[in-house]
Amino acid sequence: MSLLELRGVSKTYGEGGLAVPALRGVSLTVEEGELLSIMGPSGSGKSTLMNILGCLDRPTSGTYLIEGRDVSTLTDNELAEIRNRKIGFVFQTFNLLPRATALENVELPLIYRGLPPAERRRMAREALEVVGVGHRLHHRPTQLSGGEQQRVAIARAIAGNPRLLLADEPTGNLDTRTGEEIMGLFQRINAELGVTVVQVTHDPYRGRQTRRIVRVRDGEIVGDGPVPEAEFVSVEAGTTQPAGTTQVLALGAAGRGEAGARP
Amino acid sequence: MLGVIIGVGAVITLVSVGTGASREVTSQIEALGSNLVIVMPANARGRDLRTTDAESIAERVEGILHAVPVTRRSLSVVWTGRSRDTDVYGTTEALPVVQSHPVAAGRFLTGEDIRFFREVAVLGAKVKDELFGVRDPLGQQVYIAGHPFTVVGVMAKKGEGGLFTPDPDDRVIIPITTAQRLFRTKRVSSIYISVAKDYNPDLAVSHIRRIMELRFNDPGAVQVFSQQQIIAAVGSVTGILTILLGSIAGISLLVGGIGIMNIMLVSVTERTREIGIRKAVGAKSRDILAQFLVESVIISVTGGAIGILLGALGSAAISRFGNVPSVISAGWVLVAFGFAAAVGVFFGIYPAMKAARLDPIQALRHD
Repeated sequence: MSLLELRGVSKTYGEGGLAVPALRGVSLTVEEGELLSIMGPSGSGKSTLMNILGCLDRPTSGTYLIEGRDVSTLTDNELAEIRNRKIGFVFQTFNLLPRATALENVELPLIYRGLPPAERRRMAREALEVVGVGHRLHHRPTQLSGGEQQRVAIARAIAGNPRLLLADEPTGNLDTRTGEEIMGLFQRINAELGVTVVQVTHDPYRGRQTRRIVRVRDGEIVGDGPVPEAEFVSVEAGTTQPAGTTQVLALGAAGRGEAGARP
Repeated sequence: MLGVIIGVGAVITLVSVGTGASREVTSQIEALGSNLVIVMPANARGRDLRTTDAESIAERVEGILHAVPVTRRSLSVVWTGRSRDTDVYGTTEALPVVQSHPVAAGRFLTGEDIRFFREVAVLGAKVKDELFGVRDPLGQQVYIAGHPFTVVGVMAKKGEGGLFTPDPDDRVIIPITTAQRLFRTKRVSSIYISVAKDYNPDLAVSHIRRIMELRFNDPGAVQVFSQQQIIAAVGSVTGILTILLGSIAGISLLVGGIGIMNIMLVSVTERTREIGIRKAVGAKSRDILAQFLVESVIISVTGGAIGILLGALGSAAISRFGNVPSVISAGWVLVAFGFAAAVGVFFGIYPAMKAARLDPIQALRHD
């Protein structure tokens, strides 16, 4: 059973003569543990595809299965539940709550899951350590650099142990060096935590930092294939990481495996 | 929030001053004596009452303990150069019983004082303080309208007079016979009647009214009313006042509520992106609804609490500087608080629903 499966998914905005098709009969399968990019020029329908994959929107026709369950006909509340438990979002503009601290931002999805305060604080703190901002728990977004903000956003996305991490141009607002760090983080999360990562990008270089590229144009998939091993850019061993971060990452990842065993 | 503060503050101030005033009036009237019935000449075409009317009421109506005629003038009372303008009451020996106002020192008037036109006086507590201070007034001579009177007693202190009744401590009491000769009149200002405990005062009122009608051959000649009727009349007046002022306060609460709705609508617009983020991470519509509803209730309840505080201060200030007593009732505080919360829910529901209905994709794009 695949993690995600789109079967002939179409999305049309507007009605009658004003109808604008955004997706036309898209079929796509994503297996558990994949690291892939959706690429395409603006207006190609990649954002619509992203919204449907993220359960923010429903297809006009076709079916969408998550772990074999059809979610294309669920109610708003049921979709909210799936977003909360199965999916983590990372946005180009970070989208952190400006008045909340890093810790409070990461706790947000866990609040809506109904977890008790002590447990969600523990999970949020662990997630922040995994992404390397465990030392910034009580800072507000304005007190953090762009890279740190995006790390907090990633922590928010993975705090609830989702199956799927959806990232919409995650490096678009960051300088090259910081973008590199963030891509390294995605590769790490994918490899070490086994979370499926799907990013939308228009940058071919960022695409080659994932294992598979799906190309979208005019609402249709025009290309889908693995990135050849020779072209794949791994940033795991990159030197752009600050020295201490790797250690924090390793600690955090270990902690998630056996909670409570950490010093 | 200001509207709610003003509204709740006004409710608390007005109601507490209102209740205080009406309670004060009621207690003053009750202090006049239990089971009291008063007979007075009607205003316009009133006939004069005489001492004999009091006597005939006492004889002919069942259940009457005392019928005390009173004739009243405002005069100066003088003692060794000190003088005070006060009410001079000409009356009989039963006044302390009828008005439940006992003597503190010396004695009250006796039947003999009245029969022999004696020139004796009993001072109210305030008059005694004013003229004699700490000195003993008993046996001293005071001058009323140039005539010497011997002080034989001092009345007990009864407390301040109010808005509607004369001060019971600011008067001098002399025999009615002496008073009528001094004032050169046979008239009686009013007759105070006490009804026995197991008799219905209202029944006595209608009996007395019948007797007076026969006596004057005119149904409108005199006014007869019992203490309960006075209390009821005062109560209905203050009740109307309370309703009137309360509705003004209600209007300002309404305005405050609309203000809160406005604030919340602005807040929903400003925080559209936040709502989008919350929905993206799994908030359901009802979570967003609850969040905004709670916020508007917090605003209105905070306003309400400040209003209660200000209202308490305001009524304390009014009772201190306006010399009107005020009573803050826990019931009204609860009502005002509940009302503020209800305003928050009622005027918060529309903005909150607007927030809850937002589409997450649109909301995330908003900036």
